[in-house]
Amino acid sequence: MSETKKQHKMNETEQMPSRRSFLFIFWVGLGIVAFIEFIGVVTAFLLPRKKKTKTGDFGTIIEAGKADKFSLNSVTAFIRGKFYLCRLEDGGFLAVSRKCTHLGCTVPWSDKEKKFVCPCHASAFDIRGEVISPPAPRALDVYHLYVENNIVKVDTGKRIKRSGFRTDQVVYAKKA
Amino acid sequence: MKPKHKPSPETTGFFHQLFRSIFPYPLIPKSDQERKRYLLKNLILHFRPPTVPEKTLKFSLTWGLGGMAALLIILQFGTGLLLKFVYKPIPVAAYSSIQMLQNEVMFGYLIRNIHHWCANFLVLIVFLHMLRVFFTGAFHPPRQFSWIIGLGLFGLVLTANFTGYLLPYDQLAYWAVTVSTGMLEYIPVVGNRLQEIIQGGNEIGPATLSIFFAIHTAVVPVGLIILMAFHFWRIRKTGGLVIPRASGEDIEKKPVRVPTLPHLLLREVVVALVLIAVVMVVSVSFDTPLGDSANPGLSPNPTKAPWYFAGLQELLLHLHPLFAVFIIPLVLFVTLMGIPYLKYDTNTEGIWFASIKGRKMALIAGLIAIAAGPMGILADEYLIDFAAGLSGIPTFFGNGLIPFAFIFFGCAGFYILIKHRYSASNNETTQALFVFILVVFLILTVTGTWFRGPGMKLTWPF
Repeated sequence: MSETKKQHKMNETEQMPSRRSFLFIFWVGLGIVAFIEFIGVVTAFLLPRKKKTKTGDFGTIIEAGKADKFSLNSVTAFIRGKFYLCRLEDGGFLAVSRKCTHLGCTVPWSDKEKKFVCPCHASAFDIRGEVISPPAPRALDVYHLYVENNIVKVDTGKRIKRSGFRTDQVVYAKKA
Repeated sequence: MKPKHKPSPETTGFFHQLFRSIFPYPLIPKSDQERKRYLLKNLILHFRPPTVPEKTLKFSLTWGLGGMAALLIILQFGTGLLLKFVYKPIPVAAYSSIQMLQNEVMFGYLIRNIHHWCANFLVLIVFLHMLRVFFTGAFHPPRQFSWIIGLGLFGLVLTANFTGYLLPYDQLAYWAVTVSTGMLEYIPVVGNRLQEIIQGGNEIGPATLSIFFAIHTAVVPVGLIILMAFHFWRIRKTGGLVIPRASGEDIEKKPVRVPTLPHLLLREVVVALVLIAVVMVVSVSFDTPLGDSANPGLSPNPTKAPWYFAGLQELLLHLHPLFAVFIIPLVLFVTLMGIPYLKYDTNTEGIWFASIKGRKMALIAGLIAIAAGPMGILADEYLIDFAAGLSGIPTFFGNGLIPFAFIFFGCAGFYILIKHRYSASNNETTQALFVFILVVFLILTVTGTWFRGPGMKLTWPF
């Protein structure tokens, strides 16, 4: 009996293969599209949302204070802005991120040794954020910094990755 | 009085009928035949086979490890469910809700301790279970895919531990997770994006906590239930456990079988009760630490990863992050996945350490690793300063590619040498290499956990 059924089925497929196979492919195709949509929705849902505060917006710019206030070769911590304001020996300013480039620990400044030493894996950086000893792979990030009316301002919305220290990263107050 | 025939509704009372509708079988089965039927009709027990090969009951075949893992997961579900009533997954409230749990909630500290210790035991037990399966050759066909599902379960257990680690939101939690998610950055191409997705932004914060909480309390438990069911089902379909045999004996085709109830279940209950007793004693005796509230501005010194990631962290201290975080774990993962699918000379299922020769080779490989591991760590720490000695070369090569090549060719050389020396089958040699890597990894874990002090310098643990 089953054989006759099979025979019957085969006859059917032979008679109208195009409609059957078309519908089959159509449904499989729809299934694949639905699956892709599903993945897309889930991914879009889970992706981190864009930050509303953009560079230059209110809240990302921190007024560090008057330029003369900071002595040469000194480092001042800004906890709210998560950066250090470093004044180099030549009077130039650098806003250095406190986040270690190795694995993201917060690096404290040691005034005695004149360097940043990461407590997690012992990376060390000099006052310019340059790597003194690994495992950190690159210099500490810097923030965009400018001097307005002799007041040092740091834009914490603009973090700049860098491989090493370059003199054009330093900002001087003398122009004003 | 036990009715032998189905009682007609007219002759029995309403409550009797109700009882029979819930339990349509005798509550205490008397004969073997009844017990087999009982097993099939009981919802909880029916996923066990009615009979099992008598030889697989031997405790030294399994050490009860799989059952222990399943029980620990059930305990985690129970205690986790309770903790969920008290815990608040937002940074400003998380830490204080744990304090409240410990100080104000009745048995709060006990429940947290059980959850904490079970989680730690679970990693250990699942790991030992994996070793047991490997060393009894229980990954040979037809059990290949059970091994893969098992690896998935191991991954889920690690994920559960890792995501749970952040939840108390104390200093330990915050910085351990900062370091661990910091590792993701070194995965090529997708690393940054992946880190951002997992952290829900650029650093650990409210988004991270809700993501971790969701993974910990929903994704992982659901995954565990699905994979556990799959794992158990595969064991049934592949004819149960491997039957233990001595080296040289053939695989038994028709083993003697005994009823699961009482023979297997009794043993499982004993293991379960002993394990629960151990968990309770440990949970009553040792409190789970709760550090200071998380402070993003102050990394404690030293900042250590949890012990099950200590090996990875130790690797990070020696090698370029790309190798420590990505290449070596990837190689290990692929190797583990590949174990059941390699082409072996013989099927060693049921034989501990493949053969007598295999046992000897495993021992020697372990001893070599015990000697080589600490020597390598000490040499890298004090003798070979790659940064200074090879200052002309970028750290990617000096601290990455060159040591990696050294390790890789070391392993390959070890494989060829020991195979040649003992004229062994590739089962035995693969096992020896596995033991070698395993012991080195254990040494890294021990070093990272106990021998690293402030500034991650080598120190004595006491």
